[in-house]
Amino acid sequence: MRLLVSLLLCLCIPMTWAADANAPKLDIGKGGHCVRDPQWMRKNHMHLLIHQRDETVRKGIRDDQVSMKNCVDCHASLKDNSVIARDDSFCVGCHRYEAVKIDCFECHSSKRQTALAMKDEK
Amino acid sequence: MSDTDAQRRQFLKTSLGAAAVAIAPGMLLFETARGNTEAASSKVRWGMLIDTAQCTQGCNDCVTACNKENGLSGGTAPTDSQWIRKIDLKDISSGHELSLPMMCQHCAEPPCVDVCPTAASFKRADGIVLVDRHRCIGCRYCMMACPYKARSFVHEPLTDQKPDVPRGKGTVESCTLCVQRIDKGQQPACAEACKNKAILFGNLNDENSEIAKKVRSVVSVQVRADLQLNTGIRYQGL
Repeated sequence: MRLLVSLLLCLCIPMTWAADANAPKLDIGKGGHCVRDPQWMRKNHMHLLIHQRDETVRKGIRDDQVSMKNCVDCHASLKDNSVIARDDSFCVGCHRYEAVKIDCFECHSSKRQTALAMKDEK
Repeated sequence: MSDTDAQRRQFLKTSLGAAAVAIAPGMLLFETARGNTEAASSKVRWGMLIDTAQCTQGCNDCVTACNKENGLSGGTAPTDSQWIRKIDLKDISSGHELSLPMMCQHCAEPPCVDVCPTAASFKRADGIVLVDRHRCIGCRYCMMACPYKARSFVHEPLTDQKPDVPRGKGTVESCTLCVQRIDKGQQPACAEACKNKAILFGNLNDENSEIAKKVRSVVSVQVRADLQLNTGIRYQGL
């Protein structure tokens, strides 16, 4: 009996984690499955980005798939074309929740390219 | 070609097509949409030959194009970023006047790289001298070391940077020869914008390229050649 209860408990814990009521609900923009599955990306996107940034800046390898520009292009909100403008924006939402400061967008554009191109034409 | 061969070919074609259609929705589309995955190679040495005879006084097209491409404000105060500037020269004894664009000379032996304490200033394999802003701590040693006054420091926070040209406060920057365009096989913005064709851009290492041919056939000089930096930008008629 004790074994059964502990087994049940073990099963329940991950479920309660998964259903974290405070977890941010993000505006994922277009979203979609591009690089890896979302759970993997949540944990590891920074490793991809830091690797890619050196490849791009120092060697000139401009792989579209893991480029900052393309990430922003898909994940920027469809309402304001930005990944940092509002509390539920794609990047800001999680980073506030986890209390991790992002300084990428002090230099990098946080807006969708097509939106910027339209602004340029006007 | 025999009949069986033709049939086999046709079969292969159709089955390949069917396979592509079956896999296409989803990931494959992203996989094929890769950009440039090739690293810059040292077989290439990017350079420019600037023909001062073609560069007209008062024309600022290269500067404007650079500012637009790279999202610079265009201001000329000491604290504004300037990646390329037009300078007017006058020989006092003869009165001969010249006007020419001056920017990062993309030295083969760049002093900025020598003095950088964090290896943020670096030379790419294809000869383009860049600042890695992820590493730049804004110490400005490179600005002091550069004999061409080519580098600028960003003093104020910036907004609305170009997606292809990230720039930010607290880092040094300079002409990148428009790497973002070169990696796509395009010309730098200034070379493209020059209506007098005064700026010739190309691969100095490729002896069949237009620039290599011209460098062989006309007299061109490096600015401050005495420093032996072997600059990638050369001037004709200086």
